[in-house]
Amino acid sequence: MRNAICLNSEYVCQRSRFPVWQKFAGYLDTWRFITCGLALTVALPLTVILWSFSYQTQEIWQHLARHVLADLLLNTAILAAGVLTATLILGVSLAWLTGVCDFPGRKIFTWALLLPIAMPTYVLAFVTVGLMDFSGPVQTFFRAWFPASKGWFPNIRSAGGIIIVMSLTLYPYVYLLARGAFRTQGKRAMEAAQSLGWSRTSSFFKVALPMARPWIAGGLLLVLMEALADFGAVAIFNFDTFTTAIYKAWFGFFSLPAAAQLSSILVIIIFVVIAVEQKARKKMQFTQSGRSEGQFDRIKLQGWKKWIATLFASAVLLIAFVIPFLQLLIWSAEIFSEEFNFRYLGFLGRSLFFALLAAASVVCCSILLAYASRQHKDKLTQFLLRISTLGYALPGTVLAVGIVIAITAVDKQLAGILKTFLGYEKGALIQGTILTVVAAYLVRFMAVGYNSVNSAMQRITGSLDEASISLGVKGFSLLRKVHIPILKTGILTAAMLVFVDVMKEMPITLMTRPFGWDTLAVKIFELTSEGEWERAALPAVALVLGGLIPVIILTKQTEK
Amino acid sequence: MKKPILVLTVFILFLISLTGAAFCEELVVYSARKEHLIRPLFEAYTKETGVKINYLTDKAAVLMQRIKAEGQTTPADLLITVDAGNLWHAAQEGILQPVSSKILAENIPSHLRDPGNQWFGLSVRVRTIVYNPQKVTPNELSTYENLAEPNWKGRLLLRTSKKVYNQSLVAMLMTEHGEAKTEEILRGWVKNLAAPPFSSDTKVLEAIAAGQGDVGIVNTYYVGRLLKKKPNLPLRIFWPNQNANGVHVNVSGGGVVAHSQHKEAAIKLLEWFSSEQAQNLYADVNLEYPVNPRVSPDPKVAAWGKFKQNPINLDNAGKFQARAIQLMDRAGYR
Repeated sequence: MRNAICLNSEYVCQRSRFPVWQKFAGYLDTWRFITCGLALTVALPLTVILWSFSYQTQEIWQHLARHVLADLLLNTAILAAGVLTATLILGVSLAWLTGVCDFPGRKIFTWALLLPIAMPTYVLAFVTVGLMDFSGPVQTFFRAWFPASKGWFPNIRSAGGIIIVMSLTLYPYVYLLARGAFRTQGKRAMEAAQSLGWSRTSSFFKVALPMARPWIAGGLLLVLMEALADFGAVAIFNFDTFTTAIYKAWFGFFSLPAAAQLSSILVIIIFVVIAVEQKARKKMQFTQSGRSEGQFDRIKLQGWKKWIATLFASAVLLIAFVIPFLQLLIWSAEIFSEEFNFRYLGFLGRSLFFALLAAASVVCCSILLAYASRQHKDKLTQFLLRISTLGYALPGTVLAVGIVIAITAVDKQLAGILKTFLGYEKGALIQGTILTVVAAYLVRFMAVGYNSVNSAMQRITGSLDEASISLGVKGFSLLRKVHIPILKTGILTAAMLVFVDVMKEMPITLMTRPFGWDTLAVKIFELTSEGEWERAALPAVALVLGGLIPVIILTKQTEK
Repeated sequence: MKKPILVLTVFILFLISLTGAAFCEELVVYSARKEHLIRPLFEAYTKETGVKINYLTDKAAVLMQRIKAEGQTTPADLLITVDAGNLWHAAQEGILQPVSSKILAENIPSHLRDPGNQWFGLSVRVRTIVYNPQKVTPNELSTYENLAEPNWKGRLLLRTSKKVYNQSLVAMLMTEHGEAKTEEILRGWVKNLAAPPFSSDTKVLEAIAAGQGDVGIVNTYYVGRLLKKKPNLPLRIFWPNQNANGVHVNVSGGGVVAHSQHKEAAIKLLEWFSSEQAQNLYADVNLEYPVNPRVSPDPKVAAWGKFKQNPINLDNAGKFQARAIQLMDRAGYR
């Protein structure tokens, strides 16, 4: 009898479980599973932040709305519009010049124009203010030699100043992505358009530029997120933006809930921008036909035009990188003997270690996500993908709090499980370990990796997948054998961007690092927050040099 | 062939990742006082007692949030911050615990520590008036309040209102004058500004020396630091409010974390910080004033002369901080 029941129940189980499981399994294949998992990782800290809406913060909101918010929103809009316009113009024009045209010095500018990406915005900000403000050497010089010039100088600590500084450090995002697009299709598109009798100018604006749109948009999106979430540079300029309100709520009014509520508005703005952008280009396909990286004849600029191109590229490079870097070197030389010790090797090593670890994990996850996005066009997957890349939109500090709270909660559960099942008792497992740091970087920088891998993935035609599948190559092996080799440039770009971003990253590293894991960025924070700009130059130089390593590797790999 | 190596690498990286966990047998300090200003003290303490100190630096509010999130599992034993406002908030949020120590009570004047014994000032930071002697004679100067008068129009330079030092200064003005009068003073300051507020005290000093403005309000140790590097800058210190309540002072200080696993050891460290042997190290490394009245400041600091300091308990800096910020926003002080 017992036996019979047993058999019976097993039979029932099998019958009832099978179809449901199958249906479920049919939906939840590996790729959806990965997407879900990663989206969840990002969603957890975001939920913590959104949870803040359950707290009463009326008084702070009222105060901010009455006295502060209008100015801040206006300032933020000016900053965003200015930086987007400037990075668009700088990034696209330089990408076109070095990617498709030929002019004196092009080979050097191709990689040199990427250098400013290694310069953190807050470093360029303090160098610029140090050089250009009233008490700085430039104005002092002019006052001494041309007393009549007094009062002529526009105030550098203004909207214009901060827009210039941010654009000069952020344009490489647009430059890098747009250049990849132009290189692979620009020239051919121009030829096609010109064969139809269009002028060079109109072929550029009507064919080459629209065709590069997903990449330019991807770059601009990174720029926008970076500009909206920036706190360091705007603090140095004392230029109040939306992040100022966030920090005021937290550090001034000691209300983390109010700060989190304000930050979630940033997330919503970014979410809407992404949605609008994707909707607008939904019907478009951006695949390419034929060979991609083949040799082509560049447009050779003639006469004065080529010299204008050289002049323009050198001016950007000089202002964005050479002059500020020289200033950093001068300051470093002044304090080197008292400031330098062997601990700096540790700071550098840990910066590089974190950056490498983060780049590897973000790139792996980005590839998986991009492939999942290719496999599944359904709404849920696309929504989850969008969630997974939202971490970049938040100010780092606020995100870091979300992460620390989320990890502590997970940790407590884990500790409970371990205690009940293994009788093993240890206060914290993940909290305060490098795992926390890597998870935090993953949440923050997924957008950076995903954007460049995915835009490269979009260029692979669907017919390639069909051909591979018909030959029996699918799933992981399709990704590994077919896609990844084609994606090489996109992957390297993603790795470099994440590496450099992590090197420069400050608030998350500060909040999640384990004891003794101080990095160069931490050192810069400590010195600059005490107003010791000159002493901060030494770690800043090391940071820039460390960030240059992947830039050089990338250009070596992609420019053969 | 490649796979096992890959798996091994990932595994090793994972193991390394777990090594950062806190070692619970040593003292852990979360410090908003920056590493280069606190490390020499830790080193001296370890040398003297053999107690190893692990520390972590960050902004005060962030460290406090981290302690809150970590809850009972927090590895932190001692929280050190700059500014009394931050310490007051830490006590308010239940992060710290009361400590009864005769030594601390003896070494630290009562207006520089918490009436509830949760936090203790460890060095004194004096926020005073600095002027350019080529443009101002000392008898033009008198009080903080006086800088709001029309004769200072286009001559005053200030640091941003987002810095907690200014918030505490304004909170203390509110304690003395009430809200309406303080707002009037702030509006006067803003009207008199020669340039938009700066991001740091050092920038204010450089601008005064360069002649962008004539007078400003800064912490004295920034003056000391700058003059050490460039001794010829035209900068002089003035002690305001000497016929009234005295110069505004603030502290950097600390308290024992509520969930500390090593309460006794943490109190010992606090007591040592306030002792005569440590006070000079604590203050002189940054040209601040010792909190212990039996210890005299660095000769360079002492040369600025003696002054009367505001005896109102710094507790008020925390109590009025939020309202001070609102007031500064209302007055248009950025």
